[in-house]
Amino acid sequence: MKTILILGAGTAGTAIAHKMRRRLSNDWDVAVVDPSSTHLYQPGLLFLPFGDETEERIVRERGSTLGKGITWHKDAVKAIDTEQRRVELVEGEPLSYDFLIIASGTEIRPDMIDGMTGPGWHESVFDFYTLEGAKALQKALANFEGGRLVINVVEMPIKCPVAPLEFAFLADWYLTKRGIRDKTELVYATPLDGAFTKPLASKTLGYLLENKGIQVETEFMTGEVDSEKNLIRSYDEREVPYDLLVTIPPHMGAGFLEDTDLADELAFVATDPHTLAAKNAERVFVIGDATDLPSSKAGSVAHFQADLMTENILRAIEGKELEPTFDGHSNCFVETGHGKAMLIDFNYETEPLPGQFPIPGLGPLPLLKEARRNHWAKRLFRLVYWHGLLPARPIPISPTMSLAGKQLSAAAELGGA
Amino acid sequence: MSLENVQTDAEGYLANRDDWSEELATELATTMGVSLTDEHWKVLNTARAIDAESGASPGLRKISKRSETPIKAIYKLFPEGPAKAIAKIAGIPKPKSCL
Repeated sequence: MKTILILGAGTAGTAIAHKMRRRLSNDWDVAVVDPSSTHLYQPGLLFLPFGDETEERIVRERGSTLGKGITWHKDAVKAIDTEQRRVELVEGEPLSYDFLIIASGTEIRPDMIDGMTGPGWHESVFDFYTLEGAKALQKALANFEGGRLVINVVEMPIKCPVAPLEFAFLADWYLTKRGIRDKTELVYATPLDGAFTKPLASKTLGYLLENKGIQVETEFMTGEVDSEKNLIRSYDEREVPYDLLVTIPPHMGAGFLEDTDLADELAFVATDPHTLAAKNAERVFVIGDATDLPSSKAGSVAHFQADLMTENILRAIEGKELEPTFDGHSNCFVETGHGKAMLIDFNYETEPLPGQFPIPGLGPLPLLKEARRNHWAKRLFRLVYWHGLLPARPIPISPTMSLAGKQLSAAAELGGA
Repeated sequence: MSLENVQTDAEGYLANRDDWSEELATELATTMGVSLTDEHWKVLNTARAIDAESGASPGLRKISKRSETPIKAIYKLFPEGPAKAIAKIAGIPKPKSCL
């Protein structure tokens, strides 16, 4: 019996497990290692703090998300030995593999910032990237009666890079509905040089911040959280006071990757940007948030990678050359509040452009433009996730980006995509 | 290639990364009021190496860890905002998000 071993059964690990199972004969064991008994639909965490999503709808038993024929080792990884082709577990016996897929994702590390996990943690300082954080934030927002609501991205890269901005837009909507928007200063503090950093987005979407009255604090590199004085302080000594702080802490790869030859300083695995093979080991592939690639850490990326990686692993099994097929394709809805959302579609080379998706000229979803249709598509996506994306059933969107239906001239006017 | 005949984008970043040279970096730094020392070079070379290996504009924490230069010290080296200054002088794209 040969083994494909997958570390992590999140979006990426679960999808690739189903793909491989379908394509490989019964001579192969397709196995995943994941210590958690539940699977979390992470996009739901954006809505949960505002009471627009429930825990029941976004959490499922892990067993129900893994199909027949996939072995689940409910255990945590301790270490990978790429020479012996073996994975050591925290509790069980070591597992041998013929091919290894690292799908161990990324996690927030509030402990990396001075004072963040101090007395204010989950009292006046919240994350919404964990179920626990999002639930605590829901309570805090329900009790919020106005003041300074500060959203702070500490450092890139983060999971779902547009989520903090979406949070700001949804907070504006939520506070308006509760009648306390005029009692609230909404501040977005970012280490980048703007809330939007791509030329076309800055030009066409700046109005969103202006119309919603969101103040932006740029190039703010958070050095510490002072939860006695309720302020965040940057390395260049700027201070941003808050009554409620929504932080997006630094992200790192899985603990078992820290300080290994496989990964970089933030424990993200060095990955070939086009074949998705690990750079520093044979027979190892990397998918989803665990890579060090400049593609977005997002579910759509994991889905596209799973399609392309399946073919490359089959090539590797047959002893053929890998093909450089992955282009960094990403596709995400961006909630803008008041029942609207945008859709963006881009890759390594091409920034998000206006146009129609997925059918050129017809849509029905407009790109880089607010529309109610996009909002409803985003809300319905949860069902596509559980029933299409996770079990890796065919979804009629190309894994590589298409320029069809996009207005290239919009970018050309600004000097290139 | 000197600063007068090199192409930059609207924000002053090198349009073509092959135009980069140590001399050009020194010139660029001077226009930003920074006089490059070995400490600066350690940070700049680290940023270039990270960009070359992963294609992602490196964050300060990663640069700091690899170059063994504390973030505070990087701020002293590039007081006008290290993230952009490092990218500009090192001839790599500015740190950005997907939108």
